[in-house]
Amino acid sequence: MTPLALVGYYEPWWIQLLKALVIFAVVFQLVPIVLLAERKILGRFQHRYGPNRVGPYGALQPMADIGKLLFKQQFRPNGSIGWLFALAPAISMMTAVSVMALIPFSDTVDIFGTQVGLYGIDPSIGILYAFAFGGIAFYGLMLGGWASGGKYAFLGSMRSAAQLISYEVSQGLALIGVVMMAGSLSLTQIVEAQTGSGHVWYFIPQFVGFVIFLVSGFAETNRPPFDLPEADAELVQGYVTEYGGGRFAAFYAAEYVNIIVVSALTATLFLGGWNVPFVDPPTWVDPIVVLVKTLVLVFFFIWVRATLPRLRYDQLMSLGWKVFLPLATLNALVTAILVVVT
Amino acid sequence: MPYDPGADVIEVVRAPQAGAVRSTYRAFGETLRGLKTTLARWAEGPYTYEYPEEKTPVYPRFRGRHKLHRFEDSGLEKCVGCSLCAAACPADCIRVVAAENTPDNRVSAGERYAAVYEINMSRCIFCGYCEVACPFDAITMGHDYELSDYNRSNLIFTKEMLLAEPLERAPLRTAGE
Repeated sequence: MTPLALVGYYEPWWIQLLKALVIFAVVFQLVPIVLLAERKILGRFQHRYGPNRVGPYGALQPMADIGKLLFKQQFRPNGSIGWLFALAPAISMMTAVSVMALIPFSDTVDIFGTQVGLYGIDPSIGILYAFAFGGIAFYGLMLGGWASGGKYAFLGSMRSAAQLISYEVSQGLALIGVVMMAGSLSLTQIVEAQTGSGHVWYFIPQFVGFVIFLVSGFAETNRPPFDLPEADAELVQGYVTEYGGGRFAAFYAAEYVNIIVVSALTATLFLGGWNVPFVDPPTWVDPIVVLVKTLVLVFFFIWVRATLPRLRYDQLMSLGWKVFLPLATLNALVTAILVVVT
Repeated sequence: MPYDPGADVIEVVRAPQAGAVRSTYRAFGETLRGLKTTLARWAEGPYTYEYPEEKTPVYPRFRGRHKLHRFEDSGLEKCVGCSLCAAACPADCIRVVAAENTPDNRVSAGERYAAVYEINMSRCIFCGYCEVACPFDAITMGHDYELSDYNRSNLIFTKEMLLAEPLERAPLRTAGE
């Protein structure tokens, strides 16, 4: 049987299991940190402190929020479709976390005599895997809004569907330049291609692609200035209108996992992954480097949220289709020519 | 015959439309400028008063809880029990019962003194008319503003409470604030 994609499964099963657990734990440690960081940093941007009452420096605020949400009644509207209504947040959550398995925190390292890659999996179709799960993630929003049985939730989910489809196209096209320069879809090999003398991080030669990928990333994660699916001023809350309690918490956590994932992907693809320029640190520093780069990008997400107002719907569409799509195509074309010529 | 608008219609003059490259460049630059602006606000730090721990400063003429005053040298009360404050009070929250000073029991500088001086803080509207009405500056509005209580009867301030120095004082605003 021919495998659909080559996956470097040379590790024993228990390491696979352990890695899955570690990745899950790391992501779910990061979610409350990002949650709190967003509120604190956003507060600073607005001349205030942010939450500082629960625990030292407000550190337990996300725990209190999550605890409150989880202890609420699981409410379901009368007109909703039960099993879809319950499935939608699970889809959002699952797809968000699954992409995290791709992020390489370092190359293979020697732990207790076994070669272990510090990533969940490294399929040869890495980026396609990420986009496949991005495509499924959209079902989470769509089913959530549709199964709610309310018109505001449905309108919100229609908006998010249109937005996600529009921006996924330019996001994908923006990455083609990177893929062509690295000559591989595998994330570890893309990082390797940015390593060493004579190679630069891809955000310099692929600056247009970098900007398009990042801005599309904002749209993919429903972050301001593209938070139209849950535009609280116009729609009630978009696709999460009818959700409350634990299911709302799942949607909410999925949004933050998505932020972390997009940041980590950007750090890997454009900011050299675990590389540090001019120095060659020991291997144990590599995961920290990736985490720091990710968190810097998360800070940028929050910074942009504090800066830019929400776009109007037609502006969003014209930006996606009239600016980013031609620009990404042009970028891919120019990169292709340059790669062939040089 | 086609409609002729005549000479009244003036052609609208519009600003030149920016081209695609120029407008993209401008949008990018303006976004960066916005990011710079917000980061500068971030660097300024918060302006919040962390209220229960850190009292909000008041202005010098802030009308807070009343204070009764004594003469600093002799220690006698300034209030002579004239009840002008009670008469001036629009909320009718001041009650004064005057008594005569005697040579062995001299409380105030005048002929009479206030044997009972009560202000019902749950009725007071902090208008400051009592302060204006007082001929001896015996009652002034202080700077205390944390006056809530669980019990209405605790809000009736007696003469002793009004004469005593308040335990915690709100800081005054500095000149620049």
